[in-house]
Amino acid sequence: MIRGKVTINSSTCKGCELCIAACPQESLALSKQINLAGYRYAELAKDNCTGCINCALVCPEAAITVYRQQKAKKSVTTIGE
Amino acid sequence: MENEIQDNGLEIVYKKPSTLTDTPLHYCPGCGHSVVHRVLMEVVDELGIQDKTIGVAPVGCSVFAYNYMNIDMQEAAHGRAGAVATGIKRVLPDKYVFSYQGDGDLAAIGTAETIHTVNRGENILMVFINNAIYGMTGGQMAPTSLEGMKTATSPYGRDVKLMGYPLKITELLAQLPGALYVTRQSVHTPNAVRKLKKAVKASFEYQKLNEGTCFIEVVSNCPSGWKQTPVQTMKWIEENMFPKYPLGDIKVPKF
Amino acid sequence: MEKINYKRSEPRLMKGNEALAESAIRADLDAYFGYPITPQSEILEYFEEQIPIRHGKVLQAESEVASINMVYGAAGAGARVMTSSSSPGVSLMQEGISYIASAQLPCLVVNVVRGGPGLGTIQPSQGDYFQAVKGGGHGDYHLIVLAPATVQEMADFVFDAFRLAEEYRCPAMILSDGALGQMMEKVELIEEGQFPKRNFSWATTGKPATRERNIITSLFIEPEKMEGINYDLQAKYAKIQKNEVRYELVETEDADIILVAFGLSARICQKTIELAREKGIKLGLIRPITLYPFPTNIIKEFADKAKFFLVVEMNAGQMVEDVALAVNGKKPVYYKGRMGGMIPTPEEVLVEVENIIAKQSEEKR
Repeated sequence: MIRGKVTINSSTCKGCELCIAACPQESLALSKQINLAGYRYAELAKDNCTGCINCALVCPEAAITVYRQQKAKKSVTTIGE
Repeated sequence: MENEIQDNGLEIVYKKPSTLTDTPLHYCPGCGHSVVHRVLMEVVDELGIQDKTIGVAPVGCSVFAYNYMNIDMQEAAHGRAGAVATGIKRVLPDKYVFSYQGDGDLAAIGTAETIHTVNRGENILMVFINNAIYGMTGGQMAPTSLEGMKTATSPYGRDVKLMGYPLKITELLAQLPGALYVTRQSVHTPNAVRKLKKAVKASFEYQKLNEGTCFIEVVSNCPSGWKQTPVQTMKWIEENMFPKYPLGDIKVPKF
Repeated sequence: MEKINYKRSEPRLMKGNEALAESAIRADLDAYFGYPITPQSEILEYFEEQIPIRHGKVLQAESEVASINMVYGAAGAGARVMTSSSSPGVSLMQEGISYIASAQLPCLVVNVVRGGPGLGTIQPSQGDYFQAVKGGGHGDYHLIVLAPATVQEMADFVFDAFRLAEEYRCPAMILSDGALGQMMEKVELIEEGQFPKRNFSWATTGKPATRERNIITSLFIEPEKMEGINYDLQAKYAKIQKNEVRYELVETEDADIILVAFGLSARICQKTIELAREKGIKLGLIRPITLYPFPTNIIKEFADKAKFFLVVEMNAGQMVEDVALAVNGKKPVYYKGRMGGMIPTPEEVLVEVENIIAKQSEEKR
């Protein structure tokens, strides 16, 4: 499985839970903490993120940064010389 | 765009575009406006046209759109964004011009300007956020409010005999020869957002051709006005909005 | 207002509306947005015929509401832009004008006034003085208002209006009337190429990396900020009042009765003065050219010498209030007018002067 990670800006997150609903891996959940605006912010709760960016696509606050495993570099063999 | 590499081998595949300012958005949690602002600015960023784009903000919840979009913008009077965008595009024909309006702005007070802007085939993008309610002023009925829908000014539900029918303005506009590309999109799922972004990108590309108006209706939500959680509103859109306002391309360019 | 000596074309006979439009093209107008309404549709028609073969943009909008908002958009984008209409259409533009004033954009709105109120008549009137000068739109703002009295002034004031509007970032209005718009007179038009355009740093032309984004708005939702904007506007208007007053004095050196009239009424008063002086009545005229800023000071000066003022206007008595304010109770201020599109005759005005003289000498007894 492809490895991925998200970071969510806890101060701009409004806890709308759209990312939680959008995540196919159910990796996200609301924190028990609240931010300065009084919202429980979303955060990565499991480590099975695949970096699919579904959460970032639906996030109204653009609070999510998504990371994904680099594509494996193709090796090139030169024949002859 | 080179993706940044983290030292644990993960590269950034999505982050907030630089064309969105750092100002925290004032919209309610889960509001579709925020998503559409983001998508618009992602496209402006990816096409590299920040220095060539001018937006027109409406009156409504998104009256402060210019606080969040890092491009030159003008605030229009209620309903007049089509006319304001026309004025800008006519004197700056080489720039990308878009207007952004809610359902009251575009389909109530602005109906004349909306129809005539498209009828003239103004070479702009018109973004129409349809959430069937007037959010900013406290949840009153909109021209697109559904039959039977309870709002602040239809407390017993919209009675079409007294208050008129939900107005499918997008279908009306598609009939005009000046309309080049007319589509209805949404933000209720990640895939819907992907399709919306495609439509926005296509619209900016069509604008270069000077062949008419691109019109994108975005079926959106209003958690406060509908009195639902954001997740509930997305389900409500599927069950109630799409039957009346179905998704898809209504008119595509013939080339 | 400084007088600039422009190079001018040979005299020709032109209709007021057309002279105004032609002059605007020669002033390097970027765009005209308008809607037909009698008695000024010739302005739109002239632009639709001329602009495509010369330069600039013209568009017949779907309404006056759309027109003024197109003007707002284009002005915000830094263009030299104008619209025109007549009374009912100008009423429709009031919201837009308030927005333009608050956003501090230069532009020109021409009102070729017709009899009203309501749908009214197409005959000339001066019934929109209050609307123009006191603000028909909401809030504390002013337009710079110029009142032509001849076809020559219809043409020349376009240059003055844009110059003032662009210098002060303030919408300007030419307050004309149906007669001036339709009459044909000799006019020496200013030649093209003498009024270069400016680049405005505040305009929405597309944000380069070298500056912050430009926002054109009239929304200042925090009241502290809104009050600040109002202070800025008031300071601007104070400067305009100090520097840009313009008026004409006709035979006032020895006059002991002063007529005050603008536009068409002033022309009628000039004939009245002729007739009066034949009878030995020493009549003079102060003709305000800028209605905003109002020539308060010159009227105040004459309050010392004059026996009384008679304000002649084609309305129910509007400018008379500003004259009375300027005179401030020192001498009597009377009003003579016709309404609804009727034009007073020079003889009528003279009769009024004589009646007042008679009444005043009776009261002295």
